Amino acid sequence: MIPQIPQQESIPATPGSQPVVSVTGLTKRFGNRLAVDNISFAIQRGQCAGFLGPNGAGKTTCINMLLGLVEKSAGEIRIFDLEAPLFHREIKARIGVVPQADSLDPDLSVEENLLTYAGYFRIPRRIARGRVEELLHFFALHNRRDEIIEHLSGGQRRRLLLARALINEPELLILDEPTIGLDPQARHLIWERLAILQEQGTTMLLTSHYLDEVARLSQQVLILDHGHIVVQGEPRQLITDFVGLEVFEVDGTAAELDVLEASFRQCNATLERVGDKLYVYAREDCSRLVKVLGNAGSWVRRPANLEDLFIQLTGRSLRES
Amino acid sequence: MNGFSFLTIWRRNGRVWKKHILAALIGNLGQPLLFLLALGYGLGRDMAPMDGLTYLQFIAPGLVASAVMYGAALETTYGSYTRLTVQKTYEAILMTPLGVVDLVLGEIVWGASKGVLSALIMLLILPLFGVVPSSWVVALLPVLFISGMFFSACGLIMTALAKNYDFFNYFTSLIITPLFLFSGIFFPVQTMAPPVRRVLEVLPLTPIVSLARIFCYGRLGEPVLLKILGSFLATGCAVWLAGYLVRRRLIQ
Repeated sequence: MIPQIPQQESIPATPGSQPVVSVTGLTKRFGNRLAVDNISFAIQRGQCAGFLGPNGAGKTTCINMLLGLVEKSAGEIRIFDLEAPLFHREIKARIGVVPQADSLDPDLSVEENLLTYAGYFRIPRRIARGRVEELLHFFALHNRRDEIIEHLSGGQRRRLLLARALINEPELLILDEPTIGLDPQARHLIWERLAILQEQGTTMLLTSHYLDEVARLSQQVLILDHGHIVVQGEPRQLITDFVGLEVFEVDGTAAELDVLEASFRQCNATLERVGDKLYVYAREDCSRLVKVLGNAGSWVRRPANLEDLFIQLTGRSLRES
Repeated sequence: MNGFSFLTIWRRNGRVWKKHILAALIGNLGQPLLFLLALGYGLGRDMAPMDGLTYLQFIAPGLVASAVMYGAALETTYGSYTRLTVQKTYEAILMTPLGVVDLVLGEIVWGASKGVLSALIMLLILPLFGVVPSSWVVALLPVLFISGMFFSACGLIMTALAKNYDFFNYFTSLIITPLFLFSGIFFPVQTMAPPVRRVLEVLPLTPIVSLARIFCYGRLGEPVLLKILGSFLATGCAVWLAGYLVRRRLIQ
């Protein structure tokens, strides 16, 4: 998992091989509320699956069920082909988790945090020391080893959380909003490291509200809403299927946009008006219509992305969980 | 749980404790030593012997027992609640192979250890006050540990039920302070009127105070078995309840 040591064997995701995570009919009821409603998915070895969904969609509940922090109401969970929660101790020994909320030990130093966590996995002291050394270098924290957590920046804390999650050399890495609240430099550094881990064959489950992050890292996305999986599949394919090829975003007065809407109906496209903005999701090449846009105030033309897919499937209204 | 996995949590707490060792020790030893000085030396100088002991000698063993109660109970209320909520330490631990049982045992054994350490230091200081414990005092240490586990478990029960830190005021004002005052540390329970005596004798600290006095002064003629068995039983129940409530709080 770390550059200095021999690489883990990278097993390609062949359809025949046993998935690392396999979930069938998973359901969670809190009283009358169905937080997770009969969802099924599988994550193949070496793949990164991105969980997307508005707040309260059931992502965190789902992850917590995988970890045994929430008891499932129904369904089956198999991780490493072991049944959860029956074999949780064995399963969790092979999982690394980067939680959404900072749970580092504030009184302990960077190095002590890692050594303490290694202790929970009962990793022998000598081996733990070696891994701590590697991880501190991998995440550019070696100059900070004796620093107390309170003195670290947000980016350093996140990197330490990630390092901590890797202390047991996990086969499956669960990342709950791994770059939340970070500046672009810090996010890029984390993405770079995650890409290296992926190349080395680590399976990942990622949740994020940053759709560029999910697009960058995931080979498979699952969009959850109201506890259901709305859609799952390969991100590029889903975008093409549900959104189209490219998007025009046009600003203008209501009258101007009315005229443009009429013109764009000649092209195979879905149109959406939000306030004084017109969105055109083109399913074919609409280049011939670019000339009619000359009259509009301002417009952009860009490839369709995961954010379009997300909005398309879960709507524009705010969710307060 | 898996054998002694819970000791990794004990070790974690020990690591943090070492960073604030001075504050922690003063916090745990300050009160009993001040009481020993003010009541034992200040008030007790002019008092007639009680139960065949000077007043300072009379209260010293009970104050040792109270140090265990305070050390253990405060650790698993304020300390554990901080780990549960603010620091999310429990959440981090449950993402490893450790489970709720390890967590609860780790916290309870840690709280008990802290309490017994306070007691041990007090016992070592007592000769400075002219109280020299008999060698039977060694037998007291396991008793104090069981009592420490009991009060740790009680604290953890409160933590599992708490919505905020203010909740612990009920625990300290309505449970811990009355136990400190009415468990026979400062006056002999046996000489109270029978109905009062019966109530005071079933308080969880009373048998420990009594055992502390017995072992401290080597008075082995007095009955100890029932007191020890009762303490074991109470501790077992409290540990079980703490485990049940902490699981309910952590696993939805």
